[in-house]
Amino acid sequence: MTYLIKGARILGGEARDIRMEDGVITEIGTGLAPKDAETIDADGLIALPGLVDLHTHLREPGREDAETVESGTRAAAAGGFTAVHAMANTEPVADTAGVVEQVWRLGREAGHCDVHPVGAVTRGIEGRQLAELGAMADSAAHVRVFSDDGHCVDDAVLMRRALEYVKAFDGVVAQHAQEPRLTEHAQMNEGEVSGRLGLAGWPAVAEEAIISRDCLLAAHVGSRLHVCHVSTAGSVEIIRWAKSKGWQVTAEVTPHHLFLTDELAETYDPIYKVNPPLRTKADVEALREALADGTIDCVATDHAPHPVEAKETEWSPAAMGMIGLETALSVAQAAMVDTGLLDWAGLADRMSVRPARIGRLAGQGHLPVPGAPANLTLYDPGVRRVVDPAASVSKSRNTPFAGLELPGRVHATFLRGRPTVLEGKTV
Amino acid sequence: MKQHLISAADLTKDDALLILDTAEELASVADRPIKKLPTLRGRTVVNLFFEDSTRTRISFEAAAKRLSADVINFSAKGSSVSKGESLKDTALTLEAMGADGVVIRHSASGAPHRLATWVRGSVVNAGDGTHEHPTQALLDAYTMRRRLGDLEGRRITIVGDILHSRVARSNVLLLNTLGAEVTLVAPPTLFPVAVGTWPCEIAYDFDAVLPKSDVVMMLRVQQERMNAAYFPTVREYSRRYGLDARRMDALPDHALVMHPGPMNRGVEIAAEVADSTRSTIVEQVANGVTVRMAVLYLLLGGSEPAIGNSRTEGE
Amino acid sequence: MSAASVPPHRSSPNGDMSHKSVLEAPDIRRALTRIAHEILERTKGGEDIVLLGIPTRGVTLAERLARRIEEVEGRPVPQGSLDVTMYRDDLRLRPARALGRTELPPEGVDDRVVVLIDDVLYSGRTVRAALDALNDLGRPRAVQLATLVDRGHRELPIRADYVGKNLPTSAKETVRVLVEEVDGRDAVLLEAGK
Repeated sequence: MTYLIKGARILGGEARDIRMEDGVITEIGTGLAPKDAETIDADGLIALPGLVDLHTHLREPGREDAETVESGTRAAAAGGFTAVHAMANTEPVADTAGVVEQVWRLGREAGHCDVHPVGAVTRGIEGRQLAELGAMADSAAHVRVFSDDGHCVDDAVLMRRALEYVKAFDGVVAQHAQEPRLTEHAQMNEGEVSGRLGLAGWPAVAEEAIISRDCLLAAHVGSRLHVCHVSTAGSVEIIRWAKSKGWQVTAEVTPHHLFLTDELAETYDPIYKVNPPLRTKADVEALREALADGTIDCVATDHAPHPVEAKETEWSPAAMGMIGLETALSVAQAAMVDTGLLDWAGLADRMSVRPARIGRLAGQGHLPVPGAPANLTLYDPGVRRVVDPAASVSKSRNTPFAGLELPGRVHATFLRGRPTVLEGKTV
Repeated sequence: MKQHLISAADLTKDDALLILDTAEELASVADRPIKKLPTLRGRTVVNLFFEDSTRTRISFEAAAKRLSADVINFSAKGSSVSKGESLKDTALTLEAMGADGVVIRHSASGAPHRLATWVRGSVVNAGDGTHEHPTQALLDAYTMRRRLGDLEGRRITIVGDILHSRVARSNVLLLNTLGAEVTLVAPPTLFPVAVGTWPCEIAYDFDAVLPKSDVVMMLRVQQERMNAAYFPTVREYSRRYGLDARRMDALPDHALVMHPGPMNRGVEIAAEVADSTRSTIVEQVANGVTVRMAVLYLLLGGSEPAIGNSRTEGE
Repeated sequence: MSAASVPPHRSSPNGDMSHKSVLEAPDIRRALTRIAHEILERTKGGEDIVLLGIPTRGVTLAERLARRIEEVEGRPVPQGSLDVTMYRDDLRLRPARALGRTELPPEGVDDRVVVLIDDVLYSGRTVRAALDALNDLGRPRAVQLATLVDRGHRELPIRADYVGKNLPTSAKETVRVLVEEVDGRDAVLLEAGK
């Protein structure tokens, strides 16, 4: 099928027509003739490269009640994503070639977006013994990102070995930076609010100490480190310093850490419970600045679906995590574009180009130019919508943005020239 | 707060004084031949205790019964809760039974907030995790007021595990509302990191604050804190932060010694201090029933709660 | 306080509501003096009476009656206050309210003739509550009722033994008793309905 997009503002620029044939962008110009192409009116819409998420929990295998590869990737497409990295903390853990290939195959069968499984760093994400990283790298899933996300690889020797080992296949270790002893029973950001609410604190230093150590380890062994869901102003400072040294350190920030603060815990509604926790306004500001100046490379959703019963509880026993695929672009617009911190080209860089590069995805993260893979998102930044959890495409409803009015809406998503979303509806 | 008593911060000064004044009037009920008022006849109060606390439960039960409410005791042990029923399902059960008031004790901070979103009745927090215990603070204030009069400008020293104490949180808030000056004393490990934002003073040196204290309230120290390296040994804690006879002598003559119980005699408080005439510990227990009667009456006695609302009429 | 009286802060006595004074200070003084004598007469010299005022203004009136009786008989009369709030049958109709004081004289009420004193007798519900409250405090030999104003409209089989003034009213009207000790002056006002 051939598509002709009429009048899209590419990266927020002037209106242009975009022709897509056989999965590739073949022509960009004005007044292009439809010939036999299906025409899509994109008047007022912005064309962005298909978004790439470095951090998605698809829950399959094991917790199909919360999400499946099919439902999660459909939610991703609805959010404008053409590729997601599926985190390894499934049941069983994605720590063998067999499991990562299963997830990869489920993604191909669903067809909503590319699924790149993340391999566990350690067996069973137990932090004791390296998983077969090479086998996962060599598998059909072609794993390049390794993470024990949900757990920190806190053993310094194991972390060093993992960083060294993945160099053989240009892999990257994505660290969930959380010093475990400093965060035993931790419930929320440690600060004024936690003290008042009587909830055990998750101090910023528990994140920053691990990031500091990992930066030094990465430098020492000359490997690539990626820092998952950076949440504190202090972490930003450390990463900025590491980058200034020329070390191969990259970092991501979630939409919720760019937008929400720990005061939301005052409701004791665990919809706001997440790991790392929501921090303070000062942290949010530092994270936005860091994303704007490139210290933080990309936005990653940490989409973490949970069934209703995991959140309709007291705060302490509730599960940590929030869904985010379907709201990521809107939140990023509100936090970064509407505030003037990034333009659309900048946002495309942080939500597509850079995450694709970190994940070593050859077919993703290309700006829309003739010859590039036809992975595109058409986005209407002018509308406003109130987030309704009941309307989510994800199987789960645990969005912290419920009831909030956010800007923008994904109008269409194309995966290699094939629409996965049209008129705001998944195909 | 409109309908519930979950945090001492829900109470304005007028609210707090109304509760204390009401308790003052209700105190005489305990001395009457018939220790019962018909006020809450036909109203159902559920004591929902997810944590063992016989003393607090009995206190609320006596309070509700003296007001002629029907009392249902629902303890987590041996109930469906221990079989994994969620707080929400329990709440819906109470709703179906038509509970007008739910008194909840729970090990999770914020459980009363959650419960309040699921039930129509008034929720009274009888202690939630390390968050708050507002009726304890009210009975403490009541006890102090009976002994010392108006609390405006009174200096109250609270000593012990502030970090994990719901009694301390509620007392700081309520006493501040009532115009008292609160000083918290603990080893630095047992303060929340942002305690500096609380409306009180903090101190590490117990001896320095003794002579200027009108009340010293000792908090229970849990053995498990020692294992988590909050302090080196119980002996050292006791030496630095325990209230012994020597420290009691450093108090002004009129000063009171309080403890919310249960006490670790010989750890945070010496036996001779606990049993001294300055000690209000037994009184606190008796006052608990009276204050809880006042809270239940003011929340459940009328067409709408009489505290927490900004009312224009005086009736 | 009785159902018919209204706290003074809700509207000022000289406010915009139309009202007329039906009793002034001298009338009230005379009425109380007469009631005092009637009580002595009916109780054979008031040997074992206890005067219990119903807060707020009933307590003031009880204090004045006690003084009058003491002036006549030359000995003090036990008196106190009886708050009926917790016994009211209309609690659910309004927000829970602050309690008045219940203070019995040391003599108690057992085997005594209790004279309840309220400012206005209207539906009778306050007195019904007072009888219940009294019942929980002891067992008087007899209970009598004195009121400064009886305005009619009884909803219960209750009558006063001593009445300062019978005041025919319509249910729309409001009767307000002012006493020097609380309100700064003595008066009984009849206010038109809104």
